[in-house]
Amino acid sequence: MPSNPTPLAEAPSEPVETRHVHAALTRSSTGREDLRELESGLDSLQSDADRKHRIDWSRVLLPIAALVALVLIWQFYVSLGVKRRDLVPGPLDVAAQMGVLWNEGKLQESVWTSMQRGLVGFVISVAIATPVGLLLAQVAPLRRAFGPLISGLQVLPSVAWVPAAIIWFGLTDATVYFVIFMGAIPSIINGLISGVDQIPPQYRRVGTVLGASRLQMALQIILPAALPGYLSGLKQGWAFSWRSLMAAEIIAVGGTIGFGLGSLLDQGRQLSDMSVVMAAILLILAVGILIELLVFAPIEKRLLRSRGLLSGSTR
Amino acid sequence: MPVVLEHLGKSFGDGAPVLDDVNANIGKGEFVALLGASGCGKSTLLNIMAGLEAPSSGALEVPSDGAAFMFQDAALFPWLTARENIELALKLRNVRKAERKAKAQELLELVHLGTAGDKRPHELSGGMRQRVSLARSLAQDRQLLLMDEPFAALDAITRDLLHDELERIWKETGRTIVFVTHNVREAVRLGQRVLLLSSRPGRVVQEWAVTEEHRTDAGLAGQLTGVITARLREEIRRHAK
Ligand SMILES: Nc1ncnc2c1ncn2[C@@H]1O[C@H](COP(=O)(O)OP(=O)(O)O)[C@@H](O)[C@H]1O
Ligand SMILES: [Mg+2]
Repeated sequence: MPSNPTPLAEAPSEPVETRHVHAALTRSSTGREDLRELESGLDSLQSDADRKHRIDWSRVLLPIAALVALVLIWQFYVSLGVKRRDLVPGPLDVAAQMGVLWNEGKLQESVWTSMQRGLVGFVISVAIATPVGLLLAQVAPLRRAFGPLISGLQVLPSVAWVPAAIIWFGLTDATVYFVIFMGAIPSIINGLISGVDQIPPQYRRVGTVLGASRLQMALQIILPAALPGYLSGLKQGWAFSWRSLMAAEIIAVGGTIGFGLGSLLDQGRQLSDMSVVMAAILLILAVGILIELLVFAPIEKRLLRSRGLLSGSTR
Repeated sequence: MPVVLEHLGKSFGDGAPVLDDVNANIGKGEFVALLGASGCGKSTLLNIMAGLEAPSSGALEVPSDGAAFMFQDAALFPWLTARENIELALKLRNVRKAERKAKAQELLELVHLGTAGDKRPHELSGGMRQRVSLARSLAQDRQLLLMDEPFAALDAITRDLLHDELERIWKETGRTIVFVTHNVREAVRLGQRVLLLSSRPGRVVQEWAVTEEHRTDAGLAGQLTGVITARLREEIRRHAK
């Protein structure tokens, strides 16, 4: 590379002043109108043009394609006949079984029972966990005292509470709800606390400078600022509710406990009917996905987009 | 005198004092540029004036209703639009709802953002955000406005324009402004007086007056910049090992 050194050697001979960009020392506009024009020019150059939010079909079509591919692979595997058909039913067998369950009314009953319980349990968990979480986040001694316990409870699988709940409450709905609470409440509390922790300290300082009182600070600044963390706590809380509910329904069957998806799964096991088991698993999964897609995803997307936190993510 | 600082000192914990024997008087309607190297205690001094921190020694006199404050990063709340950010400042000042709307629009127009009021902070450029932040600090309606390197993160073109803008708004509103910067040119461009703060400990070691001629005569302004830069460098060199 013989030609390279020449321009490099020439560079220092340039006048020093022209190689640096300096802010002007004197007024750089000629009057109010000139300033307004320059500014609005810069504004339109530098800020994003309004982007339209079109429906992105790849978001809809890619997951569907993935699903279809999985079902095809499943069907292909079953048609190879490696395992007995009653041990590994194919997608068509499971679909037929769902049709049977639908006609018996069992499918509707179990989905309705479980969803209703899951949602009621979740809503009550939110109502309990939110004030507790705010209190713990704002009052340091309380948090020091109870924080580790709550984190611990979040790690403890809520199935572990099922035997205790059965002994205390018998085979009633109270057992199911108790297990849901033990699963959902700690994770919502933790989500809210970490949401408050992640608030940039600058926000509180701005609040102080603007003259916010303690209550105004909590309601107008802390709470909205913590919303993204709170929301992911809620999401996790729902997941824990749903899992705990299934665990409770599988283990605690009979008594006055109604017939939910977990009960359906357990029934399939007792009858050794693999197509019922598969149908129940798919239904449990479907409800989970549906709630995520229809409830949490739109809320989260709106929240993050309105704060400019979505750009660059692969969602 | 809206601001009087007397023998002001500040140290954190039992470390060496950050500020020591700072003395200054700032008159009503004055525009003072507080200049110093990074880490010399400029923000600390400003926080003390704003009441965000207490001095360790000495006394200070500031307006009883406190001061408006503008931060280096705009520090706008991302869940509010530009207009709502300004309205929040009015609300926390207990301005009635009907009045808030009109006042917020008026302030948006003052910073030439009359049509961008419904945008969220992330949709605005850095310069626009700082103008919203300026409008918000004006919404506080305090005589004293403290600014902590508000334009440091902006590009040169935008900064030049915001200097013009700030000068215009200062003249229109008659505020007393204490403007902190580590940039000598910015200090000369904006201040009527430039106070130089030394490092470790921070103390006002010299001050210069900037006249109207400096605003239009680049040669004169350049000369003064050179003098102040030389003094600042001397101050920094003192700490060489
Ligand atoms: N809260 C604090 N605790 C301990 N030291 C601090 C604190 N705030 C600032 N300092 C120290 O005080 C000095 C001055 O800081 P600062 O006022 O931010 O400087 P400047 O704004 O001039 O860059 C720095 O050395 C910094 O480390
Ligand atoms: Mg600083």
